[in-house]
Amino acid sequence: MTFTPIEIISSAVLLLFLTILIAPLLRGRQRLLINASFTMASAASLLGLIGGVWVVAGGLTSRIILPVGLPDLPFHLRVDPLAGFFITVISLLSFFVSLYSIGYVKGYIGRRPVTSLAVFYCLFLSGMLMVVLADDALFFLISWEVMAAASYFLVMFEDERIENRRAALLYLVVAHVGAIAILLSFGIMAGLTTGFESFSGYTFDAMRQAEVPLKWSTAAFLLALFGFAAKAGVVPLHVWLPEAHPVAPSNVSALMSGVMLKTAIYGIVRVSFDLLGTFPWWCGAIVLILGLISAVMGVLYALMQHDLKRLLAYHSVENIGIILIGIGLSMVFVSFNMPLLAALGLIAGLYHTMNHAVFKGLLFMGAGAVLHATNERNMEEMGGLIHRMPWTAALFLIGCVSISALPPFNGFVSEWLTFQAFLLSPALPSPLLKLLIPMGAALLALTGALAAACFVKAFGVTFLGQWRGHNMPRVHEADWFMRFGMILGALSCLLLGILPALFIDWMDIIPQQLIGTKTGASSGAYGWLWLTPVARERASYSGMIVFGGILLVVVAAYIILHVKPGTIRRVPVWDCGFGKLNPRMQYNATSFSMPIRRIFGFLFNIRERVQLTPRAIHKAFPKRLYYYLRVRDRFWSWLYKPIVEFSLFLSRYAGRLQQGRIQAYLIYSFITIIVLLVFSR
Amino acid sequence: MDINIAAQLNSFLAAFVLLTAFGMLVQRRMYGLVHLFAWQGLFLSVNTAVVGFVAGKHHLYISSLLTLTLKVILLPYILHVLIRRLKVHKEVEVVVNIPMTMLIGIALVIFSYYLMSPVTQLSTLVTRSTLAVALATVMIGLLMMITRKHAVTQIIGFLAMENGLFFAATSATYGMPLVVELGVAIDVLIAAFIFGIFFFHIHTTFDSLDVDQMERLKED
Repeated sequence: MTFTPIEIISSAVLLLFLTILIAPLLRGRQRLLINASFTMASAASLLGLIGGVWVVAGGLTSRIILPVGLPDLPFHLRVDPLAGFFITVISLLSFFVSLYSIGYVKGYIGRRPVTSLAVFYCLFLSGMLMVVLADDALFFLISWEVMAAASYFLVMFEDERIENRRAALLYLVVAHVGAIAILLSFGIMAGLTTGFESFSGYTFDAMRQAEVPLKWSTAAFLLALFGFAAKAGVVPLHVWLPEAHPVAPSNVSALMSGVMLKTAIYGIVRVSFDLLGTFPWWCGAIVLILGLISAVMGVLYALMQHDLKRLLAYHSVENIGIILIGIGLSMVFVSFNMPLLAALGLIAGLYHTMNHAVFKGLLFMGAGAVLHATNERNMEEMGGLIHRMPWTAALFLIGCVSISALPPFNGFVSEWLTFQAFLLSPALPSPLLKLLIPMGAALLALTGALAAACFVKAFGVTFLGQWRGHNMPRVHEADWFMRFGMILGALSCLLLGILPALFIDWMDIIPQQLIGTKTGASSGAYGWLWLTPVARERASYSGMIVFGGILLVVVAAYIILHVKPGTIRRVPVWDCGFGKLNPRMQYNATSFSMPIRRIFGFLFNIRERVQLTPRAIHKAFPKRLYYYLRVRDRFWSWLYKPIVEFSLFLSRYAGRLQQGRIQAYLIYSFITIIVLLVFSR
Repeated sequence: MDINIAAQLNSFLAAFVLLTAFGMLVQRRMYGLVHLFAWQGLFLSVNTAVVGFVAGKHHLYISSLLTLTLKVILLPYILHVLIRRLKVHKEVEVVVNIPMTMLIGIALVIFSYYLMSPVTQLSTLVTRSTLAVALATVMIGLLMMITRKHAVTQIIGFLAMENGLFFAATSATYGMPLVVELGVAIDVLIAAFIFGIFFFHIHTTFDSLDVDQMERLKED
């Protein structure tokens, strides 16, 4: 008996549904429920991973038509290398996170029942897989809604806190505004394929073959971009993201940030490259500009945070921006008919998608382990955790190095590829782009530097120094399931970083199908060892050799320092003769980011107040000093507050119609009938 | 029966239906309203039988019989019981004064004739001239619901509207298919029961059947 890849992936979805059915039966035995459901979820993810890798490796396309759904509108399922790639990304991270969850969710035992967490977790995973599998607008939107609704309930999991309920509501509203835009976009494409006469245009196959007029395809693209951007958290539609991600359970945050946002990237690539195929060049420029803004703003906002998970959430905005930069560049190059560079941009975007999934998943898992151990999200209270949680600290550090785009880890490779796409681009026949491309490269470099600063802060304040809070809780190291999930994540960060040529070779089929050219990134005399986009004499990188070099330096340093005893001495810290050093005197998150807050202050809504106690004898000798700082997102007051106020104003106006008198309502219908009769005569 | 006589008879009965509709619009006493409603039902039932005879549509006899039992006997009886039990047979309050209501009603009749004139020219049915009357009955029923404050009168207005619709169906197309009519009859009957139950509850909650009291239900 042989299986096709799509059958394997569908069976992963079925296994998840089976888990959803079984989980409520085990309600009474929570420990067994956690073990069973998350083991099944990881098995399903493994199946998905096998199917996804196979599809991309073989360059296969297969499809299934399910006779369910509305009459005459069956569900179409299809995997091609693009879908296979995203299935691989989703399954890879959900495999790690499901293993991690076996340990993490046990922390809830005794505090609250976790049945709903297990059920919606599986529903969420299956929703994401179905979004990627879908090959018609109907099934796509249904899966999209399943994914959104399941993640809404996951954000709401600890629903006794008002911030969680608010975050979940905001998330749901933004997700639905986005879904409406996606629905309209599909409506335009489906309608134009059949001339608005039948429903048969709802399959993606019909949309692919249709010749849509340029202005309509532009409209469809812009609507889809808006809808998917709302899901991906692109600035200025990002406001839900830093609210929803921190309050969800950490395993869910890892998935939401790591892979749920990527379904939106999938949507953008699918609609622009596959379904539409043609778009004016400025569409790509819009994506590029949105990506640049998101990258810079995301990292700047992240620097201002002192809540560990919120900081990571803002970094997702940044990384989505970097992915969109790659995709936007690719779209620009496609419009100007430069397939080789377009393929490079697309590969850079997609590779960063994969890398971000892995390292952001790892970081959220690490943040979850810290939260699990200390019950604390505020970094200002933490410190010195490296002594109590050496495993978590080391693995979190690997995540930090990866996201800061430092070699030899994976973040470096994809950002380097994006840089190559910027730097190799010839003069484009548009003054805007001539300006945009060098500026974009500069902004990307700025983003990388700021991200590194931000993770120095995140790691340093959380794990180094001494505990800053008043009394340190009993901190314990993460258990083996959680450690295992994180170790796998860290290993994949390393592998994706040192063997990029292998992975890019594997996924090179995607640009070949969508654009028509391979990047041939590893072509050349040196094979898998060297990554050489476009031409070997222009630029090349070997992760393996860099890794070897770094390893050599580290080993040499270790030998020099440790072989001869007495080279390392431990002495008390010099305290300038003050003599009363305490942990409150350490650098903290706010003070670390102060220089950057001063430089980029105009971008934020900052309220800062320093207050001395009045009884001080002199300003130089305050008894007590209060420092108050509030940093807010400017987009909230620029964009969202006016919308909220306007809709409230409109509702109040419309509310006058509702008087509560039956006669008034009857008069409304009476007048309506009379008017309609007069007009229809 | 001669077709001319039938048409005359049809018009004559239509006039009576309209007359009872106006009667209900001006009637202030509860029992009087119920009686007028029963009369309207009776004219409707006879009219249906006449149309059924002229057009040779025998299923109309069944609808006629159904109308007779339901709208002439059963519903007035239920309303009677309601009024007696709830002790609401006092004078009916109105929102707009009676002469004004009458004037609006007349305007509505003229409006219906104006609306139906193209249809009447196209139609070849015996009953075509009564279509405007049917529409006017519907609108007067709605007007009654608007101008009265009492819950029971609102229901009578609603039932009068239904009468008008039934009348329209008979005059426009010689009645609806029997299945539909049976369904509508059951609907009306069930609606009457539900209204009855609701009235008891409203009466116990608000100690009144004045719909103005229900303004209190509105959320602020």
